Amino acid sequence: MTRSPETSHVMSASDMDRALTRIAHEIVESHRGIEGLLLLGIPRRGTILARRLGERLARIDPGFDPEQSTGSLDITLYRDDLRAHGARTPEPTKIPGAGIDGATVVLVDDVLYSGRTVRAALDALQALGRPAVVRLAVLVDRGHRELPIRSDHVGKNLPTSREERVSVLLDEVDGVPREEEAVVIQRHAATSSPPATGSPAAGGGC
Amino acid sequence: MRHLLSTADLSRTEALSILDTAEEMAAVSTREVKKLPTLRGRTVVNLFFEDSTRTRISFEAAAKRLSADVMNFSAKGSSVSKGESLKDTVQTLEAIGADAIVMRHWASGAAAQLAASDWTDCAVINAGDGTHEHPTQALLDALTLRRGWTAARGEDPRGADLAGMRVLIVGDILHSRVARSNIWLLRTLGAEVGLVAPATLLPVGVQKWPVSVFYSLDEALASGPAGGPDAVMMLRVQAERMGGAYFPTAAEYTRRWGLTDDRLAQLENHRTAAGAQPMILHPGPMNRGVEISAAAADSPMNQVLDQVSHGVSVRMAVLHLLLSSSERNTA
Amino acid sequence: MTSTSTAPTLILGARPYGEEPTDILLAEGRILAMGEQARGHAQDLEKVHELDAAGLLALPGMVDLHTHLREPGREDAETVETGSRAAAKGGFTAVHAMANSSPVADTAGVVEQVHRLGRDSGWTEVYPVGAVTVGLAGEKLAELGAMAESSAQVRMFSDDGMCVHNPVLMRRALEYVKTVDGFIAQHAQEPLLTEGAQMNEGDVSAVLGLPGWPAVAEESIIARDVLLAQHVGSRLHICHVSTAGSVEIIRWAKQRGIDVTAEVTPHHLLLTDELVRGYDPVYKVNPPLRTAADVEALRHGLADGTIDVIGTDHAPHPTQAKECEWSAAAMGMTGLETALPVVIKTMIATGLMDWRRFAEVTSEAPARIYRHSQQGRPLQPGEPANLILVDAESTQTVDPGGHASKGRNSPFRGMQLPGSVRATFLHGHPVVLDGALNSPLKQSQAQRKVTS
Repeated sequence: MTRSPETSHVMSASDMDRALTRIAHEIVESHRGIEGLLLLGIPRRGTILARRLGERLARIDPGFDPEQSTGSLDITLYRDDLRAHGARTPEPTKIPGAGIDGATVVLVDDVLYSGRTVRAALDALQALGRPAVVRLAVLVDRGHRELPIRSDHVGKNLPTSREERVSVLLDEVDGVPREEEAVVIQRHAATSSPPATGSPAAGGGC
Repeated sequence: MRHLLSTADLSRTEALSILDTAEEMAAVSTREVKKLPTLRGRTVVNLFFEDSTRTRISFEAAAKRLSADVMNFSAKGSSVSKGESLKDTVQTLEAIGADAIVMRHWASGAAAQLAASDWTDCAVINAGDGTHEHPTQALLDALTLRRGWTAARGEDPRGADLAGMRVLIVGDILHSRVARSNIWLLRTLGAEVGLVAPATLLPVGVQKWPVSVFYSLDEALASGPAGGPDAVMMLRVQAERMGGAYFPTAAEYTRRWGLTDDRLAQLENHRTAAGAQPMILHPGPMNRGVEISAAAADSPMNQVLDQVSHGVSVRMAVLHLLLSSSERNTA
Repeated sequence: MTSTSTAPTLILGARPYGEEPTDILLAEGRILAMGEQARGHAQDLEKVHELDAAGLLALPGMVDLHTHLREPGREDAETVETGSRAAAKGGFTAVHAMANSSPVADTAGVVEQVHRLGRDSGWTEVYPVGAVTVGLAGEKLAELGAMAESSAQVRMFSDDGMCVHNPVLMRRALEYVKTVDGFIAQHAQEPLLTEGAQMNEGDVSAVLGLPGWPAVAEESIIARDVLLAQHVGSRLHICHVSTAGSVEIIRWAKQRGIDVTAEVTPHHLLLTDELVRGYDPVYKVNPPLRTAADVEALRHGLADGTIDVIGTDHAPHPTQAKECEWSAAAMGMTGLETALPVVIKTMIATGLMDWRRFAEVTSEAPARIYRHSQQGRPLQPGEPANLILVDAESTQTVDPGGHASKGRNSPFRGMQLPGSVRATFLHGHPVVLDGALNSPLKQSQAQRKVTS
């Protein structure tokens, strides 16, 4: 692939921290508390962000038990674009406590793009049970939706072109030091045409 | 990975990827909704040139849980001499729109030939070819062994290999596709392998294989640093090998190489390094009273039913990984 | 050039046996003159065809003691006509057609038919081999005398494809052929040790799960037969020797003065059982491809005279016989059109033998074993003009699609091999020119020459 090396930082580590804190407050506000709240991150970065959100929720309301109220929801087996993306070993799906029935599930992902990942996550949820409410929290919404899906809680709205690649760099996944975590945009060379399905680059959720 | 033909082709990473995926598939099997949409609209053909109801229904269950359409094609007895050639059969399936061919064949190498041919673009899964290999059986055995091996240590099976585990494979190594596939995979996963058989049932050149060889089961059961194995895999003795061609009588075979009640007691009293009892595996169907006593067949140490359910998980994993592979032309 | 009459040919500047360039004049089916006299004699003749052979080697026409022409019975695989064309292109001026046709060549009628078909084709000399036992069944002797006395004058008897495994029958066969000055060519394969065998038994078969063909199944029969040949004082020829152990036994037998000769195929000089790993049936052959150590022993055995001749074991099969499961596939490979390049690659290019020895193993020794008078003769004035011109410097990529044989089952397909046959002269007639088939020798000429 031909790619120009042009990269720009759009969120710093402290920007990300503040965004997560704000999202945590929004979640508590819109849910009117923490009762029946379940955070499910979409692997791999969504799982980490869900855990960090859980820690913040516990600070806001000590009644929130991150162990019992955060988990992960792998969507690999529910995707409709596996052929285009290639096989991936599924990450574990971990549903804590009493399961999802009747809960307010907040799906957490790093980047919202086409909406296909979220659609797959909704299918996966359906196979696990019947939540009362499903909400969506993302660190970055970069636009270019291909499905009627919107986020309830957004860290940053980021206007992008399809040729750009949005990456969220996290300590646990990418090995960058915590203080150097960031959201970056890489601009591909003009010669690389956008994929037909609008499929995102690795690291950017659909 | 484009096809699954032999465990010798699998790297450690690939093998672990299949096993880890199988763990997730196993988790799905415990859910209320056991079906996944993964292979919706894809067609899997079970092409069986040899009867094997167990293997066929296991693949069928796996494909159906992934929402694939399944066609069963029984071509038993078919060969060039009897009419339709493998080539014509496969081209027919290709024309019908198959995406994957799961093939059981009496001829060693048939799956490899199919994969190498230009007869089809399908992903080819070897469901047992002659006396060559049976890779999904070895993968389900590995999944079973890994579950037990990590459980004894209180570890998560995901990502774990079998380093340090000692596995004995007992019986007709010469004619066993299960043994061959297991040997290569167990070695790739870091296990030590001991083969136990009469010399007539070991292939020429086995000395060069990365295994230890025992003619005596009793000696094998007492070997190793822990004074015993971590798992014993008993192979089925085929009726046609009895009757004096490879060993004198079934009774002599049982006395020398069978998992008898005495040997079962010895295993029951043995503790692995992790403090667990050794596992007993059998690819089934068991010949009770020949290679395995009734008590050993029914022992809680015997994993045979777990092996069956792991078979579905492993085959789901293989179908998922092969059919969603980006190497396949999607144009 | 037409086939109605063969004009004299003046070959200019060819190197006999790879030695000093010289001119060779062919006329009336013989080498009329060589060297400076050749041009002089040519001036006395009319319509002399001149052939520039600068850079080419002249070698005696090759003689194959081991060819399957499939006719009668399997004309879909090969016919005497197509097999003869393949032989000519490959540089063979005589081939010996094995008896496993359908019906089996176990009567005077069948061998006479094959012999006549060969004469009619006119591309090479075709000598039918008679079966040792009726129907190759290994139970009772075929009419060896009748075949010997037929118009085909059979001298070589073989159940090739099957082993004459019954020791008493083998003894009787060895004794009986003495009465017609014939010899037995044994296909050494102990049948019980090779029941269902699919490939060489060894490291590769163990991994592939294919029933093995142990070397001892070949060696034990050779050991038995050389002792039988010694005991009854008869001539024994061992077909397609394939193992290092066989070479040892034959070396021992020759040291003891036993009248045994041995043959090796080009494919056993080059290919090993490692090729079977892909289960491509083009590599399925009887005897099977063996190990690299066997290949090495065979090459040295051929170089030091333990093995006497190259025999192609040319075994064409229709496509469907190879386009199937390994276990269901037919055994055999084509070989007539690749023999010369493979022998050059394995024996000349490696420095194991020179062109004199090449002429011996591909022509002189097989002719001597059969006791031919017109084949395998030295390149000298007065000798029959059965010779070939070879470009040893060129390389070719083997394309079975371009072969004259009906068989496409060449294990050498796609390989780059050195050397090519540029011309083949059969009794002075150019059956191959410029590397392509030219025209067959007219029947009346052939008849006249062959029976001389």
